[in-house]
Amino acid sequence: MLEFLRTLEPQWRMAIIVLVVLALASVVLAVLRRARPERDYRELTARTRSWWIMASVFFAAVGLSNLLSIGFFALMSFWAMKEYITLLETRPADHGALVLAFLCIPVQYVWVAQEWYGMFVIFIPVYMFLGLATRLVLAGETRGFVSSMAQIHWGLMALVFGLSHMSYLLTADANPDLPGVDGRTLVLFLVFVVEMSDVFQYVWGKSFGRRKIIPTVSPNKTWEGLLGGIASTMLVSLAIRFLTPFSVLECLAVVLLVTVAGFFGGAVMSAIKRDFGVKDFGRLIPGHGGMLDRVDSLCFAAPVFFHYLAYFHYD
Amino acid sequence: MDGEPRTNPDVPRVDDVETWTHSGLQAFLQALFFVLIVRPFVLLFLGLRIRDRGRIPAGRRPFILIANHSSHLDTACLLNLFPIRRLRHLRPVAAADYFERNPFVSKLTRTLFHILPIDRTARRKDASGQTGADPRQRMLAALQAGQSLILFPEGTRGNANEVTRFRSGIAWLAQAMPEVPIVPIYLANLGRALPKGHFVPIPLFVEVRVGEPLLPRGDREEIRAALESAVKKLKDTP
Repeated sequence: MLEFLRTLEPQWRMAIIVLVVLALASVVLAVLRRARPERDYRELTARTRSWWIMASVFFAAVGLSNLLSIGFFALMSFWAMKEYITLLETRPADHGALVLAFLCIPVQYVWVAQEWYGMFVIFIPVYMFLGLATRLVLAGETRGFVSSMAQIHWGLMALVFGLSHMSYLLTADANPDLPGVDGRTLVLFLVFVVEMSDVFQYVWGKSFGRRKIIPTVSPNKTWEGLLGGIASTMLVSLAIRFLTPFSVLECLAVVLLVTVAGFFGGAVMSAIKRDFGVKDFGRLIPGHGGMLDRVDSLCFAAPVFFHYLAYFHYD
Repeated sequence: MDGEPRTNPDVPRVDDVETWTHSGLQAFLQALFFVLIVRPFVLLFLGLRIRDRGRIPAGRRPFILIANHSSHLDTACLLNLFPIRRLRHLRPVAAADYFERNPFVSKLTRTLFHILPIDRTARRKDASGQTGADPRQRMLAALQAGQSLILFPEGTRGNANEVTRFRSGIAWLAQAMPEVPIVPIYLANLGRALPKGHFVPIPLFVEVRVGEPLLPRGDREEIRAALESAVKKLKDTP
């Protein structure tokens, strides 16, 4: 079996691993249900089922073609922006700027598809930073001006610029020394690490969580959850090191970096939800909430992972 | 318009009620328009959320949907609550002075939305001795012909955040047809998705909140106020 796995290309090896992990989760859930039928498993069941669907959709998109995956990531940004902007208390005068903000989504992903790196890294941070302010000032409403300018641009930065780094990873060339390791496998590695870390933090937090890290933001984020989650993710990541150009030590360091960034991404989004007075950003994914509840960690982890690679491996 | 008798043959008389329902071709074009454009737009672009859809009366008995009005998208969202085959029995009541402003717009809105055009100024002219179809009679005729109405009792599009005072026409209808249920609806966020004066919508999540169907009793002012507060109550229960 292991010999057979070794002969497969890394991405298919990864698909089999994810399949096994999900099957294992479903089996554990079924056993738990039989062993302790008195407990309520509805949320866990919904979550597990959603994981199956998300993994299938993700592998279908990433597996088929790079262009399709870029389209898929653009849709993720679109949906996340939709959820975020819906919760903002925008003014009627913001309409034009909001139209502009939504138009940025396809444009940003066109730079990705063209592999125009220079434009990709400055379009939203520089041009849209100026463009949104310009559009807002033309609308002529000064009351609430700063707040609108900041809120709309922050959304673009996190949900469009941040997430789009994931798709730009796809353009990384294959490494001649490591056959099969390319942009696609790096995306798989990043997403697997971030999502496993979320799951592990949830499980550790539920089981042993006592000391809250930021109780005013999220009562569910505990030191036990965070440290247990990161340690477990580091261990598990060694099994999928074949997706990356990393040595063992580097792999552990990168996972630490990515999971800590992801943790703060999740915490920031929790703070935003608190501020808006909502529990979830949406209800797209049963058991999880909205798109933004699922990709919150990735908004922070993707740019950090991307720039680490760009600096040390792909100058 | 001043002093001229109304000779526009395009504006039907109340007793023509049967003739201004859809022809087969119009119904087909409307169905096509909804399947290809309105449905995908409302479901994928806006991502319409519907609360308590089950409160909308099923079956063929006529009813009246009343809602707050803040956007050109309101009618499309409300019609989207129904299966395509029921569209031909639904009449969004629309201002003739706006939606019948030229023959092209008139043809378009009548075919694609199956509107029931009413003259918002007709009764004022009545008082000054001129002829004009009483909009209330026309709505009554449609109900009696077995059609259901979609009505915005504020009488015009307001802003996104408040429900303005309802006009009393709806109360008159409720008294004239006391057995027809009135379903209050609050449309949330539509005024933000496409505010008055703008033509490019933004893809916000919008919500349709359906209230319990009502059979209001009392004098006209009581009914008017009761319906207005029913819609406002839905607004305040997020």
